[in-house]
Amino acid sequence: MAKIVLKEKLSDTVYKMKLDAPSIAEERAAGQFIILQIDEDLGERIPLTIADADINEGTITIIFQVVGMTTDELSKLNEGDDIPVLVGPLGTPTHIKKHGTIVCVGGGIGVAPLHPIAEAFKAAGNDVKIIIGARNKDLIIMEEEMRKIADELIICTDDGSYGRKALVTEPLKELCERDPKPDMVIAIGPPIMMKFCAETTRPYEVYTEVSLNTIMVDGTGMCGGCRVNVGGEVKFVCVDGPEFDGHKVDFDNMMARLNSYKEIEQDKHTCYIDSMYEEKKL
Amino acid sequence: MSYQSPDILSANAKKILNDYIHNVENLKAKDRLKIPVQDMPAQDPIVRGHNLEEVAIGYTMEEARVEALRCLECVKQTCIDGCPVKIDIPGFIKHIAYGEFQNAVDVIKEASLLPSICGRVCPQETQCQENCKVGIALKDVDKSVAIGRLERFVADWEREQGNVKIPHVKPETGKKVAIIGSGPAGLVVAADVRREGHSVTIFEAFHKLGGVMRYGIPEFRLPNDIVDEEIDTLVKMGVEIKKNYVVGRTRKLNDLIEKDGFDAVFIGTGAGLPMFMGIEGENLVGVFSANEYLTRANLMRAFDKKNADTPIYPSKIVAVLGGGNVAMDAARMALRLGAEKVYVIYRRTEVEMPARKEEVAHAKEEGIEFNFLTNAKKILGNEKGKVNAMECLRYELGEPDSSGRRRPVVIEGSEFIIDVDTVIVAIGNGSNPLIKQTTPNLETNKWGNIIVDENQKSSMDRVFAGGDIVLGAATVILAMGEGRKAAAAINDMLAKEIAG
Ligand SMILES: Cc1cc2nc3c(=O)[nH]c(=O)nc-3n(C[C@H](O)[C@H](O)[C@H](O)COP(=O)(O)OP(=O)(O)OC[C@H]3O[C@@H](n4cnc5c(N)ncnc54)[C@H](O)[C@@H]3O)c2cc1C
Ligand SMILES: Cc1cc2nc3c(=O)[nH]c(=O)nc-3n(C[C@H](O)[C@H](O)[C@H](O)COP(=O)(O)OP(=O)(O)OC[C@H]3O[C@@H](n4cnc5c(N)ncnc54)[C@H](O)[C@@H]3O)c2cc1C
Ligand code: SF4
Ligand code: SF4
Ligand code: FES
Repeated sequence: MAKIVLKEKLSDTVYKMKLDAPSIAEERAAGQFIILQIDEDLGERIPLTIADADINEGTITIIFQVVGMTTDELSKLNEGDDIPVLVGPLGTPTHIKKHGTIVCVGGGIGVAPLHPIAEAFKAAGNDVKIIIGARNKDLIIMEEEMRKIADELIICTDDGSYGRKALVTEPLKELCERDPKPDMVIAIGPPIMMKFCAETTRPYEVYTEVSLNTIMVDGTGMCGGCRVNVGGEVKFVCVDGPEFDGHKVDFDNMMARLNSYKEIEQDKHTCYIDSMYEEKKL
Repeated sequence: MSYQSPDILSANAKKILNDYIHNVENLKAKDRLKIPVQDMPAQDPIVRGHNLEEVAIGYTMEEARVEALRCLECVKQTCIDGCPVKIDIPGFIKHIAYGEFQNAVDVIKEASLLPSICGRVCPQETQCQENCKVGIALKDVDKSVAIGRLERFVADWEREQGNVKIPHVKPETGKKVAIIGSGPAGLVVAADVRREGHSVTIFEAFHKLGGVMRYGIPEFRLPNDIVDEEIDTLVKMGVEIKKNYVVGRTRKLNDLIEKDGFDAVFIGTGAGLPMFMGIEGENLVGVFSANEYLTRANLMRAFDKKNADTPIYPSKIVAVLGGGNVAMDAARMALRLGAEKVYVIYRRTEVEMPARKEEVAHAKEEGIEFNFLTNAKKILGNEKGKVNAMECLRYELGEPDSSGRRRPVVIEGSEFIIDVDTVIVAIGNGSNPLIKQTTPNLETNKWGNIIVDENQKSSMDRVFAGGDIVLGAATVILAMGEGRKAAAAINDMLAKEIAG
C-alpha cells in the first residue's frame, strides 16, 4: 500500500504523482520501474517507470499518460488516497558509465522515464544532448527539468506549435552526422519512435539503447508475457530489460504483441466510460 | 472411467457400508479385495465445463468409510514408502473405517501440514498409491486404496466442523526468520519455525499468497478458500506477512541478514522463467506460456470477464503443448473461458503423461481432444501477426533408450496443419532468476537451481532453500517435504545459538 502525497497535472492527459514508498525509494536506480494495481482483487497490474525518488522523504515519483482504463482510474485518485498494490523497483537498472557524448531522445511520455537516466549519465561525466519530441506543445513535459541537465536541448513538435517542426529523428540524424558522432544514443518513447530512432542511427553504427514498454503481468520473470525478440533470442523485458540494443529489437513483433488486447480494452474502456456517464445522469 | 452421478455413487456406498458395517473386525483380505473402489464424485462434465467450481466434489462419509475398508492394514506398509512425507497411511485409514475422523486427521497432521491440499493435488498414482498392495493384488493401480481421496475427505471434514486447531506456539525466543515466497514450501517452513517461538516474516512478490496454489492451479481443482484458510492459520499463529515485496529487488537478500537482523532465511521462490519450444511463430499474438494464461485467469481473476480489469485473450480454438498438470489446467481453463475446441498436443503417449491420472480423465470427460505422438513444428500467423494455425508433426515410438523407455521419433513427411487461434505452451519452467541475479554468493547449478546440502542449507551462511527453486518444477508434497526438513535445520541452528 502506498499513499499519494502529491498529484500534479502536467498536461491534458499526463499526470505526475509522488507516492510514499520508502523502501522502493531507497533501492531504486535509474531505468527501473514499479508495478501497481488500483484494486487488490480485480485490478490489473500496470508497469510505470520510477521517474524520480527522494530517499529522505521516502517517496518515488511516477509520471503517466492516460491511455486506458487503469491509467484513467489512477488519474482520478487524489492526494491522501492509497494505491493498494505497489511493487518494485523492478527491472535491471540502466548501465551508467562514462561513454563521452550521449544523445537522449524522449518522445511524449517517454521523457519521464528518460529523465533519471539522463541525469545519471550527466552525473557520470558525459556530455548529454537531449531531444524532446511530442505531437504538439501541450504534450511537451518536463522541459525545465531536462534543460537543467542538458548540455544541448532540442525540442520538436509534429505540428510546429513549439520548437522545431520535425520528428525527433531529424535532429537525431544531424547529431549522428557531426564529427565526432555521438558515442551512444538512448531513445525512450512510443515503440514506433524507438524503431525509427534505431533505424536512423543504424547506418552510423551508433549504439542505440531503447526502453521497451511491453505488456506485463508479474514483472518478475514468471509469465513470459513481456517477451520480445532481441537479435533472434527471446528476452523477458521485466528481468532482462527494460533496456535493449535497439538495432536488435524486433519492433514489429513487439508492436503487434502490445496490441494483443486492443479490442477488448477498447470495449472495456468504452463500457467503463459509458457506465460513468450513466452514473452521473442518475 | 465413465461418468457416474454423485447420487448413484453415494447410494451404492450406503448399500455396501450396510453390508459390512457389522462385521468390520472379521473382514478377511479377500473380502476387502472384493469391495469396489469408490469413484470420486464429480460435477457433471457438461455443466462444469462452464463454471469454475471444484470438479471433484469429495467423498461422502459412507464413501470414505467403504473406501477405508479396502485397506488391508499390511504389515509391510509399502504405501508409506511412496509418500514423500511418510504419513502413517494405514493408521489414519483405519480411523476412517471406524468413523473416527478427528483421530484420522490427527494422525495425518503429525506428518503433513496441508492434507486438504495434498489430498487434492498429489500425483498419488506414482506415490503412495503406486505401491499399495490392493492395487498390486488387483493388478491395476487405479484399484489401489484411494489414499489421497481419503486424506482430502478427513481434512475437509475437519474444516467443515469449523474447529481446525491452531498449532501451539512456544514462548518468543527473540530470533527472527525470513521466508521468501509463500508457496507450499514457504508456508510449511513458516508454520514449523513459528511453532518453536521464533518470529517469522513471509515476503511475497505478489499481492496474494499461496504461490502456484494461487496463481497456477485453478479454482476448479483447488479452491482458493482452502489456501486462504492455511494462511489464516499462520496469521493466527503470529506469522507476519509482507506482500508486494520482491526479495532481490525491493531488498537484497544479504540486507535481510546484515541490515534487518534476520537470523535465518528460507528461499522458497519456486520455478520461474517459462520455457518455450524455440519454434517459428512463438512470439505471435495469441501464443502464451501456461503461466501467463493461468495467472491472468486465476490470480488476476480474468475469468470474471465482467468485473476484472485484466483481459484474457478471446479464444475459439486452442492448442495446448505439453502433457503435465500445467497443460491439463491450461486446457481445462481455456474451455471454461469459452473456447469451443481445445487440443492437447503431446509428443509421447498417454502412458508417459506426467499429469495426474484423474485430471486427464476429467479433461477427457470435458471434451478436450488429446493428440498423442504429435508435436508442434511451427505456429502460423495472419498479416496482423495473430496466430491462425499450427503445423504439427506425427511421431512414433522408436527403440528403447538407456532408461528402457521407447523414445518418440519423428515420422518424416507427416506434417499436417490444424486451425487454431491460440497456442498455450506448457512444457516446463526454468528457475526464478531474481535472487540469483542480485545475490552473487549464492551457489546455483547450471539450470539456476539453488544448491543445498541434505539439510536444505545453501552455500550461504544462515540461508536455506527448498521446493521448486531447488528441485526444478516438482510437486506440492515434495516442496512441503523440503520445507519441513529446512525448518528442522533452522530450528536446530537457532536452538543451538540460544543455548549458547
Ligand atoms: C517498463 C515499463 C515502463 C513504463 N513506464 C511508463 C511511464 O512511466 N509512464 C506511462 O505513462 N506509461 C508507462 N508505461 C506504459 C504503461 O504501463 C501503459 O500505458 C499502461 O499499462 C496502460 O494501462 P491502461 O489500463 O491505462 O490501458 P489499457 O486499457 O491496458 O491499454 C490501452 C492501450 O494502450 C496500449 N497498451 C497496453 N499496455 C501497454 C503498455 N505496457 N505500454 C504501452 N501501451 C500499452 C494498448 O495498445 C491498449 O490498446 C510503461 C510500460 C513498461 C513496460
Ligand atoms: C499450473 C500448475 C499445476 C500444478 N499442478 C500440480 C499438481 O496437481 N500436483 C502437484 O503436486 N504439483 C502441481 N504443480 C506443481 C506445484 O504447484 C509446485 O511444485 C509447488 O507449488 C512448488 O512450491 P514452492 O513453494 O517451491 O513454490 P511456488 O508455489 O512456486 O511459490 C513460490 C512463491 O514465491 C514467490 N516469489 C518468487 N520470487 C520471489 C521473490 N524474489 N521475493 C518474494 N517472493 C517471491 C512467488 O510469487 C510465489 O508465490 C503444478 C504447478 C503448476 C504451475
Ligand atoms: S501426502 Fe500425497 S503421497 Fe503422501 S499419502 Fe497423502 S496423497 Fe499420498
Ligand atoms: S499398501 Fe494399501 S492396503 Fe496396504 S496398508 Fe497401505 S494403503 Fe493399506
Ligand atoms: S512480466 Fe511476466 S515475465 Fe515479465
